[in-house]
Amino acid sequence: MSEHRTLREREKLIFEVSTPGRIGYQLPALEVPKADPAATIPAAALREEIPDLPEVSEVDVIRHFTRLSKWNYSVDEGLYPLGSCTMKYNPRINEELARLAGFLHLHPLQPAELVQGALALMWELERALCAITGLAGVTLQPAAGAHGELTGMLMIRKALQTRGENRRVVLIPDSAHGTNPATAVFAGFEVVEIASTGQGTLDVDALRSHLESGDVAALMATVPNTLGVFEPEIARVAAMLHEKGAFLYVDGANLNAFVGIAQPGKMGADAIHINLHKTFSTPHGGGGPGAGPVAVSEALVPHLPVPVIEKVGDRFEMVWDRPGTIGKVRGFYGNFGMLLRALAYIRSLGRDGLKAMAEGAVLNANYIRASLEGIYNLKYTGPSLHEVVFDDSRQAAFGVHNVDIAKRLLDHGFHPPTMSFPLIVHGALMIEPTESEGIGELDAFIEAMRAIAREAEEDPELLHGAPYTTPVRRLDEVRAARQPVLRWRRT
Amino acid sequence: MAQPTDRKYSRTHEWAMLAGDVATVGITQFAQEQLGDVVFVELPAAGTAVEAGKACGNIESVKAVSEVFSPVSGEVIEVNGELEAHPELVNKEPFGGGWLIRVRVGAGALDHLLDAAAYEAFLAEEGH
Amino acid sequence: MHRYLAGPEDRRRMLERIGCTSVEELFASIPAEVRCGPLELPTGRSEEEVRREFWSLAGRNLTTECAACFLGAGVYRHVQPAVADALLWRGELFTAYTPYQPEVSQGTLQAIFEFQTFVCQLTEMDVANASMYDGATAVTEAALMARRVLPARRRVVLAASLHPDYKAVLRTYAEAQGIELTEVGWDAGGRLDAAGLAGALGPDVCAVIVQSPNVLGVIEDLAAVGAAARGAGALAVHAVAEATSLGILAPGGRFGFDVVCGELQAFGIPASFGGPLLGFFAARQGHVRQMPGRLVGETVDAEGRRAFVLTLSTREQHIRRAKATSNICTNHGLMALAATIVLSLLGKKGVREVALASHSLAEYVKAGIRGLGTGGARLAFDGSPTYNEFLVLHEDPEGLLSRLQQEGILGGVATARLDAALPAGVLVAVTERNTREECDRLLDALRRLA
Repeated sequence: MSEHRTLREREKLIFEVSTPGRIGYQLPALEVPKADPAATIPAAALREEIPDLPEVSEVDVIRHFTRLSKWNYSVDEGLYPLGSCTMKYNPRINEELARLAGFLHLHPLQPAELVQGALALMWELERALCAITGLAGVTLQPAAGAHGELTGMLMIRKALQTRGENRRVVLIPDSAHGTNPATAVFAGFEVVEIASTGQGTLDVDALRSHLESGDVAALMATVPNTLGVFEPEIARVAAMLHEKGAFLYVDGANLNAFVGIAQPGKMGADAIHINLHKTFSTPHGGGGPGAGPVAVSEALVPHLPVPVIEKVGDRFEMVWDRPGTIGKVRGFYGNFGMLLRALAYIRSLGRDGLKAMAEGAVLNANYIRASLEGIYNLKYTGPSLHEVVFDDSRQAAFGVHNVDIAKRLLDHGFHPPTMSFPLIVHGALMIEPTESEGIGELDAFIEAMRAIAREAEEDPELLHGAPYTTPVRRLDEVRAARQPVLRWRRT
Repeated sequence: MAQPTDRKYSRTHEWAMLAGDVATVGITQFAQEQLGDVVFVELPAAGTAVEAGKACGNIESVKAVSEVFSPVSGEVIEVNGELEAHPELVNKEPFGGGWLIRVRVGAGALDHLLDAAAYEAFLAEEGH
Repeated sequence: MHRYLAGPEDRRRMLERIGCTSVEELFASIPAEVRCGPLELPTGRSEEEVRREFWSLAGRNLTTECAACFLGAGVYRHVQPAVADALLWRGELFTAYTPYQPEVSQGTLQAIFEFQTFVCQLTEMDVANASMYDGATAVTEAALMARRVLPARRRVVLAASLHPDYKAVLRTYAEAQGIELTEVGWDAGGRLDAAGLAGALGPDVCAVIVQSPNVLGVIEDLAAVGAAARGAGALAVHAVAEATSLGILAPGGRFGFDVVCGELQAFGIPASFGGPLLGFFAARQGHVRQMPGRLVGETVDAEGRRAFVLTLSTREQHIRRAKATSNICTNHGLMALAATIVLSLLGKKGVREVALASHSLAEYVKAGIRGLGTGGARLAFDGSPTYNEFLVLHEDPEGLLSRLQQEGILGGVATARLDAALPAGVLVAVTERNTREECDRLLDALRRLA
C-alpha cells in the first residue's frame, strides 16, 4: 500500500487508455473461407463492431492491471482480522496444481471414462469432508456459502415434503449473518427471529416454546456463534429439534474454530455448509469464486443434488437417478478449481495439521483478546474461540465510533476487522486473525489498536478524518448511492 | 427538544398533520438523524390502502434500511415526487419539504397518536 | 508444527500472555459430547507428496487439448491469452478480500467497474452487476427478479431450448418460491414456436426467457419474442450461453429486453471441469434497485479524486436480510477480472474476429456435413441460422462419439446426455481454436464412421 504516493496521475479506465488502431491480441490465421454472417443470418439479428470496446496493446493491459493491483491490500501483504471471513494464507502449491493441464482443460461433458481423475478428486474431497464433519454425505455443487445454505435448506424442505409435512417456519437467532434469513425466504420459508440470551447464546427456552407450534421446519445456527462463542447447549438443542420433527441447519462459517476437535455430526447437525474459501484456504479473489459444499446427516442424503459420484469397484460414475433429489442448484458439478485447491490444502495439513490449524486460530484470537481487553469493551464475556467481538462503547464517550477506528487502522497498514456485525453488538469490531499469523504480526496489530485507543482519548478529531495515507480517502458513498454511476460512457 | 405542535406523532417516529380529511405524513427530526444521509425512499403508490402501525415503505441510507410505519389508516392520494431526485429533503426538511405521502383519512384518524408534548416526553424517556 | 502455521515459540509466548499452560484449556467451552478423536484422514504431506498425488490424478484424465475437440453445450473452448493468467497470479489481485474497504481496494473496484462496463457494451443494456456464479444461476435470478417486479404474476414462460442445466436450476428455485413454469417448444426450424409462445402468454406471466443461440445452436428471432413478451406485460429475458456470439449477434438490449444474462465463460475462462465459471446479469436502468448481486459505482473521495465503491448495498442480504433481492454474497470476482483482461486484450477488433472465425469454421464443418450426402449424419435444422454450434442427427450418437474418440476426436455432446426431449444426435461446437486439419479429420471420420 505504500507505493502509491507518487506524482504520477491516477490510473485511468481501460476505456480511457484506449487509442484507435491498437490491438492486444492476434488470432491464428483463418484457414477456411471467411463466412459472411449475413449469408445465413437475418440482417436484423446481426450487429456491427461494438463502438466503444477499447483498443489497447498487450503492454497497455499488463501495465493497467499491474498498476491497479498495487492499489489493493491483500492477505499476501498482511493481516486481515475480518471476523467471520477467515482470511488465512492461500498456499501457492494449490494455485500450481489447479492449473495443471490435466485439470484445467477438462470439459464437464466429456464421458466419465475420460475424466476418472477428476471424479476421483471430487470423491476424495467428499470423503475428507465427511471425515472432518462426522456426517454421512456431502454435495460439492454449491458455488458459495450462501448458495450452500440455500441447498441445505432446500434439502430440508424436500425431506419435509416427502414426509407429507408443510412446515413454514425457520427459526434464526438475532445474531445471525444476513444470508441466513435471506436464504430461508428464498427457500420458501417464513423467518422467525429469536432473541439471544444475555450471554449472546441461543435462548433454549424460547426455542422450546416456538417448537410447540409444530410449524417449525428448522433452526439455523452458527457454531460457534457470531460472537465466537461455542453454543454450550447445541447437542441438547439438536435433540429437541429432532424430537419435534424439525432439523438443525448449521452455518459453517466458523468451522475454522473446531476442525479436528469437535464435529457437527456429534452435535446432531442435519446439514452444515462449509466455506472452502474460509476454512480451507481457497483464495478470495477480490470477492470470489468460493465454494460451499454441504455435508448432511443420513436423513438428508436421499435429497442431495444430482449428479452424485459413486465408486463402483475402482471406477467412478456420475449417478443421476435419485428419486428424492432436489435437482440441480447450478450448472454442471461444482467449482472444481476451488474443490481441487481445498483438497490439496487438506492433504498438506493432514489429520494433525488440521487440528493444529484450529488450535492456532483459537490461540491467536485469545492472544488478541488478552492484549486488548481493558482497552476496548467486551459486551459478551464468554470464552472466545477463533474470533473476539469488541465494541466501540468506551471510545464512543469521546465521540469516536467503530468506523473511525477502522479507518485509522488503514493508516497503520492493516485491513480493519468486520464491523457492525453481529447486530446484537452495537458498534461491533469482530476480530478473527486466523492461524496464519505469527506473534510479530499480531503484536503490530495490537500496538496499532492501542495507539488508536489513545488517539480516541487525546485527539478524536484526528480519527474522524482518517485514513490519511491511503490512495483515496473518505469516499462519498452517499453520492454513489443517490446518483449511481455504474458504468463508463464515452462523453 | 421542542417538536412542532401543528401535528401528531407515533412511537415509531413518524408524524401526521391533518388538513380537512387529508393527513400529510413524514418522519421526525430524530428519525432522520438516526438514519443518516438518506439515499432512496420507497413509498406506496397513490391509491394504495395503508393501515396505522403497519409498514408502508422503506427509507434507505448507505448502510441501512428502515421501514416507515404509516401513522394513520386510509388511502394514499399523493406521493412526494421530489424525493426521487432529492432524497436529501428527508434529512434537510423532515417536517416540511421532506414529507412522504398524503393520505385521505376518516374521522378521528389521528386520535391515537401522541401530541408534541407527549412525543417529547417519549423521546426523553427513551434516552434521547 | 506446519509450514502454514506459526511456530512453537510463538505459541509459548502467547499462552504466557493469556495465562494458560496449554492450548487445550482454550477449548474448555466445547462440551465432551460433541468432541471427536483424531480425524480419519492421512497425516500431513510435503509439497512433493501432494504434487505426486495430484499429478497422478491429473494423469487419469484426457484433456480437450489432447484431441480434436468439438465440445460445447454451455462451456466453450476459446483463446486464453497468456497475459490473463499471468496477471491472475498477482497476490494483490487473487488474495484480496471483497472490496468492502474501498480505500484499500481500488484495484479490485476499478476492475469490476470496467467489467460492468464491458457487459453493458456487449449486451446494449444500461446496468450490469459484478458477476454471478454461472449462467444457470444468473438466468434463475432473472426469473426471481421478474417475480419481484411483477408480484401479482406467478408464471414464467421459458423456451424448452434453454440449456437443460439452466432449466433444471430454475425448476429447483421456482418450486420453493411458488413460481409456475411453462415451457414452449421449438418449431420445425429449431426456433421458439411462435404460436406456442402466444398460447402460453397471459396476464399471470411475469417473464419470458429465451436463449439465443439456443441449446440446439439456432439463433432466435429476439425482436419477435421481445415484442410478444412486452405485449403481454411481461419482462423479456435474453439468456446467453456462448458469450462470444455477442461479437456478431445483436443482443436483447437492441430489442428492448429487460434483462440479458447468462454465461461469460467463453471469454477466456478455462473449462476446469465446469467450474468456476462466470455468470453475468445486465438489466435496464429502471430495474436497478431490484437487481441481484454486487454493484460497483463511481464517486469522489474527500480530495475530489475519482474513486470506486460498492453501492446500492441495501438490496443485499447483509443489510436487507429476509427482504434481500437475493441471498447471494460472493460474486465470481476473480473470473470477472479474467474476462475483463481478456476483453481488454481482444478489444473492438478481437471480439468481432473471434466471433467471425468461430462462425466461419462452423459453417465450413456444416458445409462438409451437408456434403456427406444421405449418410448416417445429417444437419438437424439446416435452413436455420446458427453461430458456432449445431445439431447433427444420428441414430446412435453415443456409438458414433465412441468411434470418433478412438480416432482422437471429441466430436461433440450427445443430446441424450443433456435432455431426453432433444432430438437424438450430437451437438457440435466449433471455435477459432479448431484448426482446419481438425475440422477435416472430423469430416473424414464422419464420412467413414457415421
